Amino acid sequence: MKTGKSLFLFFQPIFSVILGLGIGLLITYAAGESPWNVFQIMVKSAFGSRYDLGMTLFYATPLIFTGLSVAVAFHAGLFNIGGEGQLEIGALATAAVGICFAGMPFPFAPILGVLGGILGGALWGAIPGWLRARRGSHEVINTIMLNFISAGLCSWVTLYVLKNPDSQNPETASIGVGYLIPQLKFFAEAPVSVAILLALLAAVLVWFLLWKTSLGFELRAVGQNEVAAKAAGIDVGKIRILAMVIAGGLAGLVGVSEVLGNAGRFKIGMSPGYGFMGIAVALLGRSRPLGVVASALLFGALHKGTSDLDFETENVTRDLSLILQATVILCVSADGLWSFFGNRLKNKHQIKKNLKGKLNFPVKTKSEAESSSTVTP
Amino acid sequence: MEILIPVFQIITSTFRVSTPLVFAALGGMMSERAGVINIALEGMMLMGAFGGAVVALTLHSSLYGALGAIAFSVGIAAIYGFFAIELRANQIVAGTAINMLAAGLTPFLSKVLYESSTSTPNLPLELRFQSSPVWVAWGLVILSWFWMKYTPSGLWIRFAGENPEALDSAGVRVKRVRWAAVLLSGLLAGLGGASLSIFLSSSFSRNMTAGRGFMALAALIFGKWKPIPTAAACLLFGFFDTLQIRLQGVVLWGTAPVPVQFIQILPYVVTIFVLAGVVGQSKAPKALGLPFIQD
Repeated sequence: MKTGKSLFLFFQPIFSVILGLGIGLLITYAAGESPWNVFQIMVKSAFGSRYDLGMTLFYATPLIFTGLSVAVAFHAGLFNIGGEGQLEIGALATAAVGICFAGMPFPFAPILGVLGGILGGALWGAIPGWLRARRGSHEVINTIMLNFISAGLCSWVTLYVLKNPDSQNPETASIGVGYLIPQLKFFAEAPVSVAILLALLAAVLVWFLLWKTSLGFELRAVGQNEVAAKAAGIDVGKIRILAMVIAGGLAGLVGVSEVLGNAGRFKIGMSPGYGFMGIAVALLGRSRPLGVVASALLFGALHKGTSDLDFETENVTRDLSLILQATVILCVSADGLWSFFGNRLKNKHQIKKNLKGKLNFPVKTKSEAESSSTVTP
Repeated sequence: MEILIPVFQIITSTFRVSTPLVFAALGGMMSERAGVINIALEGMMLMGAFGGAVVALTLHSSLYGALGAIAFSVGIAAIYGFFAIELRANQIVAGTAINMLAAGLTPFLSKVLYESSTSTPNLPLELRFQSSPVWVAWGLVILSWFWMKYTPSGLWIRFAGENPEALDSAGVRVKRVRWAAVLLSGLLAGLGGASLSIFLSSSFSRNMTAGRGFMALAALIFGKWKPIPTAAACLLFGFFDTLQIRLQGVVLWGTAPVPVQFIQILPYVVTIFVLAGVVGQSKAPKALGLPFIQD
């Protein structure tokens, strides 16, 4: 039973991905292309050369950060849809540090930039964390609202405060040369930088934090059973705020790859939705750091793979990337889909238990709703 | 007397600009009051905007355009309903995916149909609505207020969101009520999308909703999930939008133009404050986001 279950947990995401990709690719029939042909173009475009592989890794780097961000919040029972805003504020903070202290020499400058990014993102994550813990308002709505607020703020700061004086583009002035981090030469011209090593380090640190420290234990306890955590003397509010601070800080690191490792400045519209893709990455990776890294690579490959479709095919554009992401997410998230096939969760009791164990909203059965209303004062 | 002309312009523009929001927010209300979170509003609107433009163009009629918008948005709402209600997918995750699907599918289809993934061809003026969507939207506000409050089926919707077990005990199928609510939500969001592409502008363009689905969601929360306050919130947000457009590049004091970004973010800021209970408490339906499993 135990091995059967873990096998299921291992294969379910893989089947979901295959099914999702299959459905998404079938849509290309509508454009008069053969799905198999499109798939081959995508594989070649994602892994065909050192440059292509480098681009895949370049796209995967921010996804590791945002995926970890969503995963940490998930473990604390929180839904962080605010990755987009947190990464923007973080990246802008990184760029602001690089512009304000432009003269900083190399080894210290990037460290300062990294700290700026963490701080910016953490601050933006702390807001919904605090609101949830102290005012009881749901983080999903608050993070969505904060995404729009950060977009407005970043656009104002970029256009009026840190504007690049030499260009009409919506971008900031360039950061000091000491801030630029080395790119990996192996991947030819691809802008993949040492930021990817930082991303892998972040994954290890998140694993250590969640499973090897008492804070991590408390965090997971809050996510799994708030009432029990409270009874055990855990300050649930404090843990929630901390979880969102950590999640925000992780998302804020996206600027290291994009600003310090590639553009050398903050640009409006720099992220093609890394924050939202982070949700898919965390979901597919089952919120485990290793899983997050693996699924970030997959989504990075999807993003790169579709980028050549514009000129490699007649009618299919890179928009296919969004379609494929959507179909994969839907298939991964559909809990009941798998009971259709496997009959593994046929028993309704099992379904409820399964839903409860997952870190989404609390699911109450009829009897539980009654008993909890009598227990809580 | 002349001072009244800009005031009058601002008022009419506010009503026009808030029309897509009113439709979409009413749609959001239907599904959220029935207990299904609707992050997918944005995607449903986008599909509606696309479907409206395409069908109006093909069949040379704005009315058919509106019906086409409904067909497209109800279609994607059905996908959302299937995953959220039948397959018990996490509603926030599925909603995010639906938004991505619409954001990818619309330029994809636009490219297949019109060789351009950025926008559909322009509609001539006679194929666009003049002012009727405004009246329809406000008519629907009154209608849905009456429906939710005074009819049995309106009560079912509310119970599906507040206490699905009780509704189930009363012999009403919770899943069916939720399905109806989600499809209705798609219908209304589709009309919201259509009022963007065949009323306020003359074509569909890539990502033309630009967050209006989420703004409608904000209005819904600001309006405490009630029809009339929600519509009023849409009007307020529409006013911010009008103001922002009018003040773009205008120098009011000093030398720098007014930073319109601060007006743009106002709807989202007030929503956060309202949700935090600073300006009156806003309470979500009790069973919002919880899948219902028949015992």
